[in-house]
Amino acid sequence: MGRIVLEQVSKSFGDTEVIPPLDLAIEDGEFAVFVGPSGCGKSTLLRLIAGLEDTSGGRILIDGEDATAVPPAKRGLAMVFQSYALYPHMTVRKNIAFPMRMAGIDRAEQDRRIEKAAAALNLTDYLHRRPGQLSGGQRQRVAIGRAIVREPAAFLFDEPLSNLDAALRVGMRLEISELHKRLDTTMIYVTHDQVEAMTMADKIVVLRAGVIEQVGSPLELYKTPRNTFVAGFIGSPKMNLIEGPEAQRHGAHTIGIRPEHIAVSAEGGPWSGVVGVSEHLGSDTFFHIHDTGLGDMITVRADGEVGFRHGDRVSLTPRMDVLHKFDANGLRIA
Amino acid sequence: MATQHSRSAARAMMAPAVVLLLGWMLIPLGMTLYFSFKKYLPLRGGDLGWVGFENYERFVSSSAFWPSVQATLIIVGGVLAITVTLGILFALLLDQPMWGQGVVRILVIAPFFVMPTVSALVWKNMFMDPNNGLFAHLWRFFGADPVVWLTEAPLFSIVLIVSWQWLPFATLILLTAIQSLDGEQLEAAEMDGAPTIKRFWYIILPHLSRAITIVILIQTIFLLSIFAEIFVTTGGAFGTKTLTYLIYQRVLESQNVGLGSAGGVYAIILANIVAIFLMRIVGKNLDA
Repeated sequence: MGRIVLEQVSKSFGDTEVIPPLDLAIEDGEFAVFVGPSGCGKSTLLRLIAGLEDTSGGRILIDGEDATAVPPAKRGLAMVFQSYALYPHMTVRKNIAFPMRMAGIDRAEQDRRIEKAAAALNLTDYLHRRPGQLSGGQRQRVAIGRAIVREPAAFLFDEPLSNLDAALRVGMRLEISELHKRLDTTMIYVTHDQVEAMTMADKIVVLRAGVIEQVGSPLELYKTPRNTFVAGFIGSPKMNLIEGPEAQRHGAHTIGIRPEHIAVSAEGGPWSGVVGVSEHLGSDTFFHIHDTGLGDMITVRADGEVGFRHGDRVSLTPRMDVLHKFDANGLRIA
Repeated sequence: MATQHSRSAARAMMAPAVVLLLGWMLIPLGMTLYFSFKKYLPLRGGDLGWVGFENYERFVSSSAFWPSVQATLIIVGGVLAITVTLGILFALLLDQPMWGQGVVRILVIAPFFVMPTVSALVWKNMFMDPNNGLFAHLWRFFGADPVVWLTEAPLFSIVLIVSWQWLPFATLILLTAIQSLDGEQLEAAEMDGAPTIKRFWYIILPHLSRAITIVILIQTIFLLSIFAEIFVTTGGAFGTKTLTYLIYQRVLESQNVGLGSAGGVYAIILANIVAIFLMRIVGKNLDA
């Protein structure tokens, strides 16, 4: 069980309010991702749930019980830190055993759980090593192993993949998702990387300056962003946001169109511009189109084969059915 | 890249320093060894010729030898125990954020800058004096008889004085070690259910182990040769005669250079045994 509810939770450091009162519910077994630019308060929110920071107001309920004043160890949550926070003087086995040792679980049960976790995480051959002798990915797995053996009500991950290289990150992303499916335990995951959020989450919580901008499934956020901030944050490359006369023509202050929803051709579309930088990914090509008369540069996704060159004049056709409209306050017009 | 030419230039430029350092060490060592095999009494006939190992036998068989070794070990061990324990405690306290941190830290380090002779005299006359000392006033305030520190508890008094001098050093080294501990490790241990005492025992203390061995190593080397504190307080009386002090008495009070030199050679051997022993521990620690 692991249903976590925040009621009017707020946090201030001195006079600075980092998190104004907010409400949030994370259901049992859900994979929730807190995402936002750095300094948006997502890590602080996670630490409030963990109990490593005291709340300035409001209540935190874990499985219906008020845990606001409960010390971190008693909340039944396990955390994986960005630096992994392994104990350098202990072997992998002792690192994983540490929480069980503190809880006074008997030796045989400790060994059983360690073997199980080590087998699941491919660590069996490394149990006698120290963290200093392991690679980044292996350290990450030890940190996860240390969290698993506690059999917690929920796992908390604080940017766990940001210290890994790109290839490993993709691998660990899959492993964590797989782990979630297998354990079926609530997980709360903090990241600034919207790709991680989109690929892993059941529920994404987009934060800006301590305020929840939108909560929803990855596709909800992609299809119906509630405001221009979410629209620009979710999706890669970023959504094109266009203001001015073209937006007014569609009855909005700002219109948004994703790069993948614009067709590029030699002629015939309603918009036109000059090709700037082209990013060739093989499967796709991203064109940066300038001088469209729409304000900023427009990013367009095309097939990998499309061969426009720098300086070519091209024509753009946006898909009107997936055009996003926002009012003067940046809020979505339904 | 080091060429043949630059290497020989470097050698030539380092030579004076190397020669000076070697001379500084080898000449006294050689003279000590030379005199230790001689009967040499400056005021009673001067150089009286070679005597083989007689000085070595006499130094060890003297009734003052074993008590002096014991006194040395008690002082070194006592000071190490006090400075390391209190040093860890002070370092933990000073690591806490508080008002006036900078000033407090300087005050804690201050005793290290006081010369040993001065600090021993201050302790002897201002704190431990049985009539006018602060301790005597304190004891009388509570209705107790003042302790005549340097007579009744001479070894403990010297341990106290020397500990006061070396506590800042231990605190300073341990404080920097504590500050290098990753805060996330402590938070992880907190989440793992370790209360404060266990966090200290399982996380902080192992993290400090290297710094503690370094403190022990450096202090031992300096503590084996403490002299001024004994000279100005008890003058070697009441069982406070250490090996260093015994050597001093043999050479200068008994005017027996040969016998004192033999004692010096013993002291060199003892210090080297300690150094090898401790270097192995540190070496093992640095590998991990």
